[in-house]
Amino acid sequence: MKKWLPPVIAALALAWLAAGFHVPASKTAFDTNGFGGLPVLANGRIKPFDTVARTSLLILRSKESVEDESGHPLTPEQWLLDVLMRPVQADTYKVFLITNPDVLGLLDKNQSAGKYYSFKEIEPFLREIDNQSKAANDVPKNERGLFQQEILKLNERIVLYTHLSNSIHSDESAGFTDELTAFHIAMEKGAAAFRNKTDGREFSQDDLQALANFYKYYQSIAEVAYIRPVPREAQQDWKTIGDSMLATMQSGTVEPAVLAYATMTDAWHRQDAPAFNKALTDYRQYLGQNFPQFLKKPGFEFRFNQYEPFYKCIILYVFIFVLAFLSWLCWPETFGRSAFWLLMITFLLHTAGLLARMWLQGRPPVTNLYSSAIFIGWAACLLCIVLESIYRDGIGSLTAATMGFITLIIAHHLSFEGDTMEMLRAVLDTNFWLATHVVAVTLGYASTFLAGFLAIIYVVRGLFTPTLDKATAKALNNMVYGIICFATLFSFVGTVLGGIWADQSWGRFWGFDPKENGALIIVLWNALILHARWGGYVRERGLMLMAIFGNVVTSFSWFGVNMLGAGLHSYGFMDGAYLWLLFFDANNVLLICVGLVPLRHWPSFQNAPGRLPATPPPLP
Amino acid sequence: MLHRLFDFISSLKLTIICLSVAIVLVFMGTLAQQNLDAFYAQKKYFNTLFVWWTPPGKSFPVPWFPGGYLIGGVLLVNLLAAHAVRFKLSWKKTGIILAHAGIIMLLVGGLYTAAWSGDTRMTIAQGGTTNYAESFKEFELAVIDKSAPGSDTVVAIPESFLSKKEAVSNPALPFTVKPLEYFPNARMSMRPPGAPAQLADKGMGVRIDAVQVPLTTKPEEENYPAAFVQLATSSGPVGTWLLWAAPFGESLPPQQVMVDGKTFELQLRLKRFYKPYQIHLNHLTHEIYAGTDIPKNFASQIHLSDPERSENRDVLIYMNHPLRYHGETFYQYQTLGTDDKFSVFEVVKNASWWLPYVSCGMVGLGLLFQFGMHLLNFAKRRLA
Repeated sequence: MKKWLPPVIAALALAWLAAGFHVPASKTAFDTNGFGGLPVLANGRIKPFDTVARTSLLILRSKESVEDESGHPLTPEQWLLDVLMRPVQADTYKVFLITNPDVLGLLDKNQSAGKYYSFKEIEPFLREIDNQSKAANDVPKNERGLFQQEILKLNERIVLYTHLSNSIHSDESAGFTDELTAFHIAMEKGAAAFRNKTDGREFSQDDLQALANFYKYYQSIAEVAYIRPVPREAQQDWKTIGDSMLATMQSGTVEPAVLAYATMTDAWHRQDAPAFNKALTDYRQYLGQNFPQFLKKPGFEFRFNQYEPFYKCIILYVFIFVLAFLSWLCWPETFGRSAFWLLMITFLLHTAGLLARMWLQGRPPVTNLYSSAIFIGWAACLLCIVLESIYRDGIGSLTAATMGFITLIIAHHLSFEGDTMEMLRAVLDTNFWLATHVVAVTLGYASTFLAGFLAIIYVVRGLFTPTLDKATAKALNNMVYGIICFATLFSFVGTVLGGIWADQSWGRFWGFDPKENGALIIVLWNALILHARWGGYVRERGLMLMAIFGNVVTSFSWFGVNMLGAGLHSYGFMDGAYLWLLFFDANNVLLICVGLVPLRHWPSFQNAPGRLPATPPPLP
Repeated sequence: MLHRLFDFISSLKLTIICLSVAIVLVFMGTLAQQNLDAFYAQKKYFNTLFVWWTPPGKSFPVPWFPGGYLIGGVLLVNLLAAHAVRFKLSWKKTGIILAHAGIIMLLVGGLYTAAWSGDTRMTIAQGGTTNYAESFKEFELAVIDKSAPGSDTVVAIPESFLSKKEAVSNPALPFTVKPLEYFPNARMSMRPPGAPAQLADKGMGVRIDAVQVPLTTKPEEENYPAAFVQLATSSGPVGTWLLWAAPFGESLPPQQVMVDGKTFELQLRLKRFYKPYQIHLNHLTHEIYAGTDIPKNFASQIHLSDPERSENRDVLIYMNHPLRYHGETFYQYQTLGTDDKFSVFEVVKNASWWLPYVSCGMVGLGLLFQFGMHLLNFAKRRLA
């Protein structure tokens, strides 16, 4: 049993991961998966409809799942198809997450009515919401109250939703294909009327007006459309349905993509699966023949979204944590090895997810806060694997599991902000600096956090359990010291590289910008720890407590400075996570305080004179 | 006694004190930027020997925390002293010495840059030509002699003369310029009928009042100073003008005065730095990602003409790709106006810009070497 446990656990995990590659067939007769993989330009990037659906749902309701009005679960694709092609239906789905009691009050709802509301329920209050958000917009960002922040957030969601639902076909009084026919007739009649008018002959004012109405209509949907589904050779040139129709006024022919979407829209509206599937297949074929370059990445991204590698990692990290923890209670060898094997598998999956995102974006690993969280978890995991393979005491596995879990949860919450592969602002649009400065600084964050988490294990095990024996304490001491050296190197090099980048793009090496300062504080803090240790001012426990404070310092640099809302660097503005940051920092400070309890009261060091920490090493 | 002092100066204890104090300072300087423009935050916390604080009810400030210059300076002395006393050259310590030498270079470079580098901006309209850069925050009173065809003669009076109300005379001017009043930040308002006139009796000040407002140091807010200036010739006062460094002051009609048959223009404006060359903005692009308002690229295609150095060429300046010319560097800073009519460059003079490159390399290599040796020793011990 003992011998077989690690391979059995590894095999189970691999089987589960392999099973995930199978994309479940669409639950209905409609090929919604096929639709989910279609390419579309949104937020400046070609992506599959699946991503549009998922990110929109995350922005609207902080969840990828959604139900129809009678409570039946819908896939993201089904929901998006309804929003795009049957908006009246979609307006009844509860997709707006509203929790603020003041905002609910404005909508004449009390909190017991639930957290989710449909567009239909919100519709009567649109004018009031608009007025309130205009007023809130006039208040400087830093001075807005909670209600003002929340009403602005709701307003943004409403804008997103209405733009999305007007992207393909906004007038439901007629079918889309019928509309195209009517448009053809209006064009011919209108053109004739126009010729007559210019030639001074009798002409029909109604015919001219009908054409003008179409023009206005297409212009309006071109303006509000959230997505651009009509393909062009260059990514920048993809068009909205409205733009394409406006061009049709000149050329006289409706583009194949528009025809395809029109057929799909009508088929979806009638819930005619064979017609929908045929139009979809034909359109995919058309894309394959004319725009094959746009099928590969969205198709892959669709699979990537379906597979949810980081979600699977989160689950596996929980198991690793449990196994590593068990290894400290009994069967250290068996559970320790099981945890380590599972850690290796999870690390490979985490790496694959990271590489997949890099390939999709064509970028180095870290481009925004979301990807920095993914990368910090990954780097910490890698370092932990090195530690675990040296010490084989479960500490590396447990720390990897904890940090992997926490960073991926943070990443998940950051994904509520929108597309996690958003386009990069002009100044960030340089792979060289993203690959050097950003990676080095993020490695600095990851390793400073890692030292802090290892130190937490020292304090928790030493102070609350009798399990921290002399060898383990010494091992932790060496690990934390080594990791801090690593952290100093990377945070310093990363910070100075950032200065050099700033020198190249803004004309100054150092401007005491908040993000720069945050990085500088990490460098200074790590340097302080090393000098304090070399000078003999701190020993084993002091090193640990200082390393724990490194968590506070790093969390300030990673998130805290973004909440200040100042400076050139704050592109990744965010406002919700403030309380979590305080909670995290308060806990670390609390651990430092309890860690100051004299060592003779620590259960691990009681009655064991030989266990007191050794003298510090000589100066290097 | 001296011996003990030197021991302290070269001690690790002092290093640790400096690092701790630096962390607190940087933290304060970061938090301050919530309400304080980066320019003022830098001045208050970093480019200063002390952080000053004025106790309530007192008129004089007291230093209450060491500033960036002091901490950087002490750290520099501490490092140099430690090198002089404790470090002995041995190959085992190569890494440590290299890293610390790199830090010394970084500190020296930082202090030098803070003291000597200059930061200005140049704004050019599409199709326009400019031969000067402007200060970000400093102002001057310009008296411009427009009489010679083809070129103007400018006498620029710095802000300090205006605030001290010192009269200025210059051989190029047939009159003295006497500042009567100076408001570092002011707004204009139409004088209500029947209200008493302010000091001005000529120009726009005849009908308009200057209202002093508090100086702002908030992010994204600017100060617009105003001055009442009296011109006087040997035969007596010519008149008093109200001048205002208005936002987009170029668009206001200039205030003119005729003395001895010559026309002069009076302008309160951002301090200008004239260049011996000209820059013409051929073309400005501001690309965004399709369907978003996320900027993809800002780029200015300019023509540089410098008769002194026979330079006459087109240059493309864009994000992360500045123009380095004649000891200065031109960065694409922003675009202004509807339809991006103006391109703004940040023009920076920084002779020590290359220092961080070298010191980064030195510290990186030094740490890599040192920590690599730790790692090797550790591995040897574990294998033994």
